[in-house]
Amino acid sequence: MFKATVEVMLKKSVLDPQGAAVERALKSYGNNDIQSVRIGKMIEIMVDGKDEAEVRAKAKDWADKLLVNPIMETFTINVEPVK
Amino acid sequence: MSCKTAVIVFPGSNCDQDCVRSWKAITGGTAELVWHKESSIADYDVVILPGGFSFGDYLRCGAIARYSPVMNEVIRLAKRGTRIIGICNGFQILTEAHLLPGALLRNKGLAYLCKDIYLKVENNQTDFTSFYSPKAVVRIPIGHGEGSFTIAPAGLKKLQDENRIVFRYCREDGTSDESTAPNGSLDNIAGIINEQGNVLGMMPHPERLGEPVLGGEDGRYVFDSIFKAVTGQGGLN
Repeated sequence: MFKATVEVMLKKSVLDPQGAAVERALKSYGNNDIQSVRIGKMIEIMVDGKDEAEVRAKAKDWADKLLVNPIMETFTINVEPVK
Repeated sequence: MSCKTAVIVFPGSNCDQDCVRSWKAITGGTAELVWHKESSIADYDVVILPGGFSFGDYLRCGAIARYSPVMNEVIRLAKRGTRIIGICNGFQILTEAHLLPGALLRNKGLAYLCKDIYLKVENNQTDFTSFYSPKAVVRIPIGHGEGSFTIAPAGLKKLQDENRIVFRYCREDGTSDESTAPNGSLDNIAGIINEQGNVLGMMPHPERLGEPVLGGEDGRYVFDSIFKAVTGQGGLN
């Protein structure tokens, strides 16, 4: 069994109003060293597979087909074995 | 000539009955509800993808509905020239299905917006807007949390150059600047059409202001225009 983690972020060029609101909130109580806040999502998929490469390829396919919209989002995939 | 019309129903659609009622009242025609599990549907002349929250807006608005069995048929009909209109969540589904370019993002102010807004009809030479006068300013309601249209610069230029931005948000007097869109939409875009001219998506709800009893009928002319494009006649009522 493997755990595939797909991290999805809005593209840098896309406005992230949630991130901006959280940034303002953090700054409102004195965290003036913050440069920026962006909010994304993390999708964990438990899946059987032969090896990490195979699971990664599957996760990439799922990201391309459904999990991510490339017009507004980017993603990274992490795969680790789970007992 | 008759006008065979379908309104697709996804789990979470909530404007499907409004669309059926409005379509019948405005055009005098009929409309059938079609469940999203249908994998084979008739050659409809018109397909309406209604507003709502298909699949709870989980993952991204419209992303899961895009994989409903009926969408293969909607794509087939789009290729054959059926007039397809996606309203609100329907617009989001059409972008996820790549029948229209771009994507709809969270509103700039984060709030869900439910109110009447003004639109300028930027292109009245379409099958969806022929009943409007050029550059008409119309009042139509919006009700959405994710209506901020975005697209890469090259895609925006293509839409602009090909006159495919059909509706833009504006003020009551028809003027606008870059902050007029209530949701932060790029270039004030409220509705666009595909290259072939038979698929239109718009965030505002024409069906919600299509009869005098609803307080206005600026929206009815979208349905009138579609009906005329198919049958050659205006709405009967």
